[in-house]
Amino acid sequence: MPSRTLLLDDRAIARALSRMASEIVEQARGTEQLVIVGIQRRGVELAARLKHLVDQAEQSAVAFGKLDITLYRDDLQAIGPRPRVGVTELPDLDGRTVVIVDDVLYTGRTIRAALDECADFGRPRRILLCVLIDRGGRELPIQADIVGTTISTAPGDRVDVLVRELDGRDAVEVAREA
Amino acid sequence: MKPDVPSLGKDLVGLEHLSADQLRLILDTAEPFKEVSERQIKKVPALRGRTIVNLFFEASTRTRISFEFAEKRLSADTVSIASSGSSVSKGETLVDTARNLEAMRIDMVVIRHHSSGSAEFLGKRIRTNVINAGDGKHEHPTQGLLDILTLRDKFGKIEGLKVAICGDVLHSRVARSNIWGLTKLGAEVAVCGPASLLPRNVEELGVTVIPRIEDAIAWADALNVLRLQLERMQSGFIPSLREYNRVFGLTTDRLERAPKDLVIMHPGPMNRGVEIDSGVADGPHSVILPQVTNGVAVRMAVLYLLAGGSPDASHQGGEA
Repeated sequence: MPSRTLLLDDRAIARALSRMASEIVEQARGTEQLVIVGIQRRGVELAARLKHLVDQAEQSAVAFGKLDITLYRDDLQAIGPRPRVGVTELPDLDGRTVVIVDDVLYTGRTIRAALDECADFGRPRRILLCVLIDRGGRELPIQADIVGTTISTAPGDRVDVLVRELDGRDAVEVAREA
Repeated sequence: MKPDVPSLGKDLVGLEHLSADQLRLILDTAEPFKEVSERQIKKVPALRGRTIVNLFFEASTRTRISFEFAEKRLSADTVSIASSGSSVSKGETLVDTARNLEAMRIDMVVIRHHSSGSAEFLGKRIRTNVINAGDGKHEHPTQGLLDILTLRDKFGKIEGLKVAICGDVLHSRVARSNIWGLTKLGAEVAVCGPASLLPRNVEELGVTVIPRIEDAIAWADALNVLRLQLERMQSGFIPSLREYNRVFGLTTDRLERAPKDLVIMHPGPMNRGVEIDSGVADGPHSVILPQVTNGVAVRMAVLYLLAGGSPDASHQGGEA
């Protein structure tokens, strides 16, 4: 049985998200050309919450999108198709500041795929990366601009981000093989 | 990535041997691929570096172009071969042709052939994935899938739906793929046509026979009107095209007398004024062009699902 450690509870996640929302506005220098894009699946829920927080604080209506990177993965040959391909819905990205939101940053391969996919939809002026958890272990030269919490993990660990929309509660847990 | 996700195996030969779960997997996978064709850059890199050969031993516009678009939108490298102008016309056998292609390191073959069973025959003899794009009077699985996807778009579900397949069922691989797929997903299927154009013991496929087109119209939620396959017919099946239209044609008059609105499908190419009137084909209830649009998405889904081999190995800690 793997041991599970609670890393963030719902209140810690809420605090992290509200700080991240203000960092997004700060780094994007306002909300005018801002687009917040979540990576399927839990990145989408986090992005929706960040958008809500930004809109509340700034009285704005920030553009929002969803990105499914399944078809841009580089491991189809190695591990076979991911049978569940999700929805991609993006607003116009040309000339805008795009904030890509994901739950966990690990190898960086998902973000590499997300950057490629964004490039097929337009030419953003700037792309920022925003993640709730940075767990280290990068295999590509990619880093986040806005981070909720940084932790160090072993390769066998699993970091589970739970969101109430999909999982019934908000939590971040680390599962480690005993 | 749940381990219980069904795999499609190596080849797609027909819908007869697929389970309801496998059918739903293809239909669900087709959904996100619809959106790819609406993008400004209609291309994703999923099959980059794969080589696909479209081997067409029979005339085809829609299916061949649809497969080519599906392949190109997945970034595969594709070659299309027609039987005329290739070594096939010099008498090379199907297996020899395929083995030679395989020696050039291809990854997939999409085959259309006039002999029933040719796709399965080929699939058993080469290592490459084989997709059946229509084999004789046997099956045309991607057409069946796109018809079912179009019905699902329209009605939200397949279970309990009443679908009448009308016309030349005897010569129709489209009918057979529809019957297998629809019945597995819980639809009620009826066939309607002149007795000379219905297969003997067609009821054994799990369908009912409705002899009159008026009764089929009254019964069904959707009609799939088949093309009268004049090129596959020896004489004597029907007295004349005019008489066929008079007795079995889907005319505006007949449709106006239907108790409810029907969804009208046709796999193309249409013989206007024979099995279907222009007023119906171009009318408000026709989904003939959405069928064509869905064809590309369904074929992308099939190519994608077969390309990676079995998804059994796809285990990895969540985020990567």
